[in-house]
Amino acid sequence: MIIKVAWRNIWRNKRRTLITAASVFFAVFFGLIMRSIQIGTFGNITDNLVSSYSGHLQIHKKGYSDEKILNNSFNSDKSLINKLKTLKHVKYVVPRLESFALASSGEQTKGCFVTGISPDEENSMTKLSEKLTSGKYLLKNDKGALIGDKLASFLKIGINDTIVLIGQGYHSVSAAGKYPVRGILHFPSPKLNSSLAYISLKEARKLYSAENKLTGIAVLLDSDKNTSSIKAEIKNIINLNEYEVRDWGEIMPELKELIQSKSVSSYVMLGLLYMIVGFGMLGTIIMMIAERKKEFGLLVSVGMKKTKLALTVFTETVFLGFTGLLAGFIVSLPIILYYSVHPIYLGGKIAEMYEKNGFEPVILFSSDTGYIIAQFIIVFIILIVASVYPVIKILNLNPVKAVRD
Amino acid sequence: MNIIETKNLHKTYKESEIEVHAVRGVDLSFEQGEFTAIVGPSGSGKTTLLNMIGGLDKPTEGEIIIDGINISTLKGSKLIDFRLRKIGFVFQAYNLIPVLTAKENVEFIMNLQKRPKKERIKRAEDLLKAVGLGDRMNARPSKLSGGQQQRVAVARALASKPMFILADEPTANLDSESTRNLLEIMETLNKEENITFIFSTHDTRVVNKARRIITIDDGKVLSDEKK
Ligand SMILES: Nc1ncnc2c1ncn2[C@@H]1O[C@H](COP(=O)(O)OP(=O)(O)OP(=O)(O)O)[C@@H](O)[C@H]1O
Ligand SMILES: [Mg+2]
Repeated sequence: MIIKVAWRNIWRNKRRTLITAASVFFAVFFGLIMRSIQIGTFGNITDNLVSSYSGHLQIHKKGYSDEKILNNSFNSDKSLINKLKTLKHVKYVVPRLESFALASSGEQTKGCFVTGISPDEENSMTKLSEKLTSGKYLLKNDKGALIGDKLASFLKIGINDTIVLIGQGYHSVSAAGKYPVRGILHFPSPKLNSSLAYISLKEARKLYSAENKLTGIAVLLDSDKNTSSIKAEIKNIINLNEYEVRDWGEIMPELKELIQSKSVSSYVMLGLLYMIVGFGMLGTIIMMIAERKKEFGLLVSVGMKKTKLALTVFTETVFLGFTGLLAGFIVSLPIILYYSVHPIYLGGKIAEMYEKNGFEPVILFSSDTGYIIAQFIIVFIILIVASVYPVIKILNLNPVKAVRD
Repeated sequence: MNIIETKNLHKTYKESEIEVHAVRGVDLSFEQGEFTAIVGPSGSGKTTLLNMIGGLDKPTEGEIIIDGINISTLKGSKLIDFRLRKIGFVFQAYNLIPVLTAKENVEFIMNLQKRPKKERIKRAEDLLKAVGLGDRMNARPSKLSGGQQQRVAVARALASKPMFILADEPTANLDSESTRNLLEIMETLNKEENITFIFSTHDTRVVNKARRIITIDDGKVLSDEKK
């Protein structure tokens, strides 16, 4: 009977009920879609950059981050690498020897970033071989090179042509080497396309006279969630007087900043949406209480306990908001799930803009349960808080006054 | 035996600086089966007195004893529960829950008393027939006339099997036809079922039906006559 009263009261003012539920619905819907795109797209950008190059964490000789020179390299330490490999959440540990060089094909010369890699280990983490548009991937101790497609076209060279790398080696020894191009790579980021060259670790050490040296060890984790905890763990196992550990945010501060500024603006938007939910509910509830004050007074007068009445009205308002909340989830979740498996590839001008900034021109929806549950809980709490208002009003109700006013 | 007794009842309303002595020293007692009118000019304290007897308002001084219980000792939900079990209310206006039909309104109070569904339905139908609304049982209050609404309210007040029914100006908003009709129903219930009615009124036609007339003025009992 009480449920009957609650149910009929919900439909007493159909338009108001619908508007209220709809405002909750739209806020939930837009909130979810917006966060999904934001987390998905930036997560994708981060994952792309992290897994295709930096890794979540990098270990260097102390001081390398201030001065990225070969003199800040360190002796390869098998036991350190093995220790890293046994850490939880660590997927790949990839040693590298990196430095700058001038790349020349005879006619053209361009500065480039040379990475000496252990081909198999590198490939397991960065899937570098999948970025080949032509040619073959490096074999272990290969004497050839892989270069970005933009760099190749600038130098006007192709597969089997020779690239000459000239630079400065360890302790400022001059460095020069000739390498047949084994493959051409394409990266989503144009910046990488025009500046990357890969040779085997062995050749790089030869080129730079850096016997047994590494400039860094990249560590890829199973998820970015674990970056900070594993960073702390690594700090515990290495000698901090000798080594330093940086996470991808420190390695790519511009990316980190961009993501943070986008997060802030999306939190502001979410805040506004939540305010719509909160005030929309509260407005409806205040109107409803004003309308039904006499009814409440009557019910308490004839013998309905205030707690019972309050519970009835609480159920009504929670139900009202919950309908909107649920509808919002029911409509947005399939959209999010669909697009999380079918990313939207951008074309035209927008795509160019993305690429110029080094991002893959794709809109990805995240179906990460974290933010979905968080939003559900937040909106639910807002609904509960708004619904507490009539409860307080009813518990303090003076039935005589309520009927007379 | 008295079912209601008031002892030296006072009520003072304090609104900002001004004190209003709405009731000043009322000693009354009521017996089972009475049909009593409380009359007096507007502002004389009728509503205040009835509200205190009904446990809706607290006296500033004095005691109200109902069925041997001093009701000022009852607090919060105990008092509400007491009203539910012992007292039937008919107000001047706004007696019914708008979203419920006449029958459901009558049922509702029995639902609060946790009576079984079968009994509720039967009693609600019987009572509505008794007040002459056998054919309007499924109408919502907004579809009923003022007089019909008041009759539903009487049926509702009776449904909970109270010791007595308090009715504050039950006919104030009714035309003379409906007034006569409502009074007849109350009178019949009083005579045939021995239901106790205590009602306040301005209306001389209503006063004439009463078997006891308590006149109050300025918060005091002027006269108390039994016919
Ligand atoms: N809540 C209140 N606050 C302040 N004064 C009040 C309050 N309720 C009643 N009064 C005052 O108490 C006095 C008695 O009021 P009450 O309503 O009991 O009179 P009444 O006899 O029922 O009048 P009426 O015939 O107009 O219904 C009046 O002067 C009224 O203004
Ligand atoms: Mg009055």
